[in-house]
Amino acid sequence: MATKKFLYVNRKAPYGTIYALESLEVVLIGAAFEQDVSLVFMDDGVFQLTKGQNAKSAGMKNFSPTYAALGDYDVNKIYVDKESLEERGLTLDDLQHLTWEDENEDWAEKDSIRLVTRAEIAEIMDTQDVVLSF
Amino acid sequence: MLHVINKSPFERNSLASCLRTIKEGASVLLIEDGVLGALEGTAVSGKVREAMENVKFYALQSDLETRGVSDKLMKGIECIDFGGFVDLTADHDLVQSWL
Repeated sequence: MATKKFLYVNRKAPYGTIYALESLEVVLIGAAFEQDVSLVFMDDGVFQLTKGQNAKSAGMKNFSPTYAALGDYDVNKIYVDKESLEERGLTLDDLQHLTWEDENEDWAEKDSIRLVTRAEIAEIMDTQDVVLSF
Repeated sequence: MLHVINKSPFERNSLASCLRTIKEGASVLLIEDGVLGALEGTAVSGKVREAMENVKFYALQSDLETRGVSDKLMKGIECIDFGGFVDLTADHDLVQSWL
């Protein structure tokens, strides 16, 4: 199967709607088919990556630990919109520290999250074969 | 009157509409994605702080916890549990949910 560049655009806060969880499921499927996967988190989507989520008292499933597994699926291009973070009073420190291991460099641990501007997101979108929005 | 907001203020205008319409002495309860309007240092916190001079704000603890943002709750907003939610609705004659 030919490899295509898939971009998943995540713009919704988690838990209030089903979008974030559905996106994560589809991302994992795409990665399992060995496609070239990138994720963008912008607007309220940046809340999907906050650390310390605890859905117990709300009686829901906390799916945020799954993001940490993306590196094992070779999903290591995770773009976070800087302006969306700032508008929401968040910094990178408020987000999970997501990493992956680079087999070409003796499994060196590298950061998966890349802070980007709106202009850079436009460039990233422009170079994809498929863009899926959630 | 109790106003209940369950939508993110960054995505919908329900909080903005509510604050435009609200009367002095009323209460606002932020639940579900609405709790994102209760956070410190955001693009909407100035508007909320301004409204706090005339209106009492509450936010549902479990929805803050779920989203990992409990430690960012704006000063002056009271954190309540489900029991507090029930008390609030019982204490007010009218409840307006801004869907």
